[in-house]
This record gives sequence, C-alpha cells and structure tokens, in this order.
Amino acid sequence: MTGRVEGKVAFITGAARGQGRSHAVRLAQEGADIIAVDHCGDIDTTNYPMATEADLAETVRLVEALDRRIVASHADVRDVGSLKTAVDAGVAELGRLDIVSANAGILSNGQSHELSEDTWGQMIDINLSGVWRTAKVAIPHLIAGGRGGSIVLTSSVAGLRSYNGVSHYVSAKHGVVGLMKTLAQELAQYSIRVNTVNPTQVDTAMIQNESMYRLFSPDIAEPTREDFGRASGATILLPIEWAESIDVSNAVLFLASDEARYITGVALPVDGGALLL
Amino acid sequence: MTRRLEGKVAFITGAARGQGRSHAVRLAEEGADIIAVDLCGDLAEVPYPLGTAGDLAETVSQVETLGRRIVARQADVRDQPSLDAAVAEGVARLGRLDIVCANAGVNKPAPMLEMTEPTWLDIVDVDLSGVWRTCKAAIPYLLAGGSGGAIVLTSSAAGLKGYANIAHYTAAKHGVVGLMKTLAQELAPHRIRVNTVNPTQVDTPMIMNESMYKLFCPALDAPNREDFAPVSQAMNALPIPWVDARDVSNAVLFLASDEGRYITGVALPVDAGVLIK
Repeated sequence: MTGRVEGKVAFITGAARGQGRSHAVRLAQEGADIIAVDHCGDIDTTNYPMATEADLAETVRLVEALDRRIVASHADVRDVGSLKTAVDAGVAELGRLDIVSANAGILSNGQSHELSEDTWGQMIDINLSGVWRTAKVAIPHLIAGGRGGSIVLTSSVAGLRSYNGVSHYVSAKHGVVGLMKTLAQELAQYSIRVNTVNPTQVDTAMIQNESMYRLFSPDIAEPTREDFGRASGATILLPIEWAESIDVSNAVLFLASDEARYITGVALPVDGGALLL
Repeated sequence: MTRRLEGKVAFITGAARGQGRSHAVRLAEEGADIIAVDLCGDLAEVPYPLGTAGDLAETVSQVETLGRRIVARQADVRDQPSLDAAVAEGVARLGRLDIVCANAGVNKPAPMLEMTEPTWLDIVDVDLSGVWRTCKAAIPYLLAGGSGGAIVLTSSAAGLKGYANIAHYTAAKHGVVGLMKTLAQELAPHRIRVNTVNPTQVDTPMIMNESMYKLFCPALDAPNREDFAPVSQAMNALPIPWVDARDVSNAVLFLASDEGRYITGVALPVDAGVLIK
C-alpha cells in the first residue's frame, strides 16, 4: 500500500524529540523524507532542559531505520538565517518541499504582571515569531515547486482559550492561529494549505517537568507525575490524563496528506474535548 | 498494513448516494462493515429528486464489491421507529456498532420572507432533528459495546457562518454543531467521541440542481453547472469550485478512526477555506 505522503518532503522544526520527533517518524512511516532542525541547546527563561544533539541524532536514526532520507541540522527559530540555511540545504539534497511542520516551542509560566521582559520576549520570539520565520523560509520553496503544499503550525488549546499563569504562551499560541488564517488566505492561490493543530497537554518534556507540576498542583509541596496526571486529566473531557505525541502526529499527517487537500484555514483541536470544559 | 477501521461497524444515514454512499465505500475500503439507511423517496418540500431504492442497491453493490458486509434498509430520519428498527437489525446481523455518520440532509433555497412554514419545518426536521434521532437510535449500542465509539455529524460551513436565502438550513446546521458539543460532553465518560464535518459546496445532487443554480446565479434565466462553478469558486479560498464527496469521506474516516482517538467536540471544516476567505 502506498504511503499517505509517499515521495513528499517535510520540513520540521523542534525535531530532536517530543512532538517534532514523532512527526518526523510518523511522516516517514507514510513515505516522506525529512528536513529536521532543532536548536539543540538550552533556553535561559525555561525551567527544563531543551533537546540535545544526541536527541536529534536519535531522530535521524529512527527515520533512517524506516528507509527514508533525513537532513538534520542545528537551527534556531529566532535566527531566520539559520532556518534558511537549513531548509535550502535540505531542499537541495532531497529535491523538493511539500510539507512544513512549525513545531518548535517552549513553555514557562508566571502571572502576567510578574513575567520578566525576557520571559515574555523569548516566548513570543520562539512560539510566535519563530513560526513566522519557519513559514517565511519555507514558502518560497513551496511556491517554486508549483505543486501546492501543506503547512501545519503547532498552536495549542491555549491558542483558542486562556489558561491562568501562561499569558505569554496563550498570546503566542493565539497569534499562531491568526498567522495561520492570514497565511491560508495569502497562499490559497498557490493551492498551499495552512492549518494549525491545537493540542491539549501532550506527554513530552515540555510539560513533564517540575515547573509544570507545580503550576498544575499549587497545593502540593512536591508534586509528582501522578499528581500532575490527575490535575491535567481534570482539564480534559475524555477520561485521559494527557494526549500522546502520536495523536498530534496523526492529525499533522492527516492535514499534510492529500486526504485533506481541500482543508485550509482550520484550527484542529487534538484536545480530548478540553475546549468544551 | 492493517486497515484503519478493520473489524468496525458504521451506521450511515442518507447512504443511497452522494456523501452518504461515499462514506460507506470509504469506510468499507478501510475494513468497516456498514449499516446503511436512506429514505429512498422524494419529499414534497424538496425541489430535487432524492435517493432511490436503486441508488441504495448501488451502494450495497459497491460495499460488497470491497468484500465487506452491508445491511441496507429504507428508513426516514423523521421517523424514530424506522431508525431504531434499522440499527437493531444491522447490529443483530453485523454484531456491533462503533461509528455513526448522521449524514442525511436536504435543502430548499428561499428568501426568508418567501419561506413557508412547511418548508422551514421540513428542513429543520430532517437536517437537525433527524440527526438527533439518528444519535438516539445508535447511542445505546455504542454504550452497550463498552469500547467507546465515534459519532460524526454532518454539519456544513453553514453551521459556522450565515448564508442568505437558506435560513432554515443555516439554523439547522448551526444546531447540529450545538448538538455535537453537548453529545461530546455527555458521552466522553464512555470514550464515545462526537465531532462534526463542515463542508463547503460538495459535488452532489443536493447542490447540483436547478434551484441551487438559481440561488447562486440569480441574474441568469436558466443557469447550469458551468454557470454555477465560477460563482461557487468565488466563495472558496482555494481555486476550486466545490469539493468532492470523497474529501468529506476522508475527514469522516480520520475522525472515525483511532487516529482521532482524542479528538472530540470539534467542528472540522472541509471547506476550501470558505470560512477564512
């Protein structure tokens, strides 16, 4: 059976681990080659470690084990030059570009009036402006290909509703939805579709850390993963604690594939019904 | 490769032709058995011919050609006992129920002030109350199965924005979105997911008829499909006049499959960007 994105090439940011790695593997399973980038370094306003070079190497190994090609490199979504270098090199080697997954993102927390300028600024720069930069360097390749394309931006349930204590994240992720809608309008003439995925909590290092455990369980002195599971599950309608990366990847795959050839401008929640609560 | 709905059973209303037949065939391609119902008769208030017994027989033939089983019955979504009987017989023969597609729908364009009460009532009775009756007939079997399930209600872009001259249809399709959200809340504890698909114009007899051509091309005496195409395309962001039934079926398949296992309460446009145009 032919893969659902057979012969296509996908550019994925934040691909060293978590959702980004999962997207790379899922798209590769369905026949895509991958251009993977990651910052592979820590960020000074977050309270959890970022991905490493070894993580990115593991993504490469997993994709190659599926007999797909992958071009992986360091790039920082705050640095448009590094993104352009990565995507240009990837397209030169893999021959085309069809799919963009603007996935890289961070999370920190604090009451709005207590956020530092740096914490606010870095969040917007990575989670919103980084998405714009990712699209900016990729779109010329999609247009030049002349075959249309699919851009999937990673927003969040926090792109469609608010959460206490993460106003910078909520603002950035709302901004991603707005960016998606304008890009969908601008690029429809090229048959390039633009959509967001809007996940609830996903079981990755971005939320499975002490800082998030404390945010969700402020009344517990040393909250654990189990405490977090209960608190997280209470924000989700289905009887689950969180979603898995594969659930987001399956939504990305659907939106990226020709099965969704006429879906554009859509914010697709993968949220266990969190928006209904 | 395992098919995406292997061993599941889907109940589909309005399955004689159009989107309903397309859903039956697409889900069967992925391994599902089908319980198909259709009115197989015309409605006094609907200005175009509806599906026939011959059409329903063709759906049966197409599903059986795929090596899947199908139980097809005449049933009217305005008549609860007819739906109850069809689902009961289908489940008795096929052994289970996992997926519900409340697809049956009709339309009759009319300016608000020229819209008669029988017209209003018929459209709302089929397009909204018929969806509720479909769910009412099916949900007990999903609950009894104890393994969750997926309900996909067919709303419309008209379930998310207003359209002139189809007040009844727009109201009914908005109502379907509201019904979906409440059902999603009620059924989440049982891992039964409920979502809508919200298509733009789809290439089926419901829109490919004289009354719709006149609605879209009021300046022409005898508009045809070719006259309708550019007017329809002008409403979409993507450069296409309408989507195919298959495109809606692919969205239904995604929502019905385990790839959408944590997606509930979502209105998914298949609308070529009509909502962001």
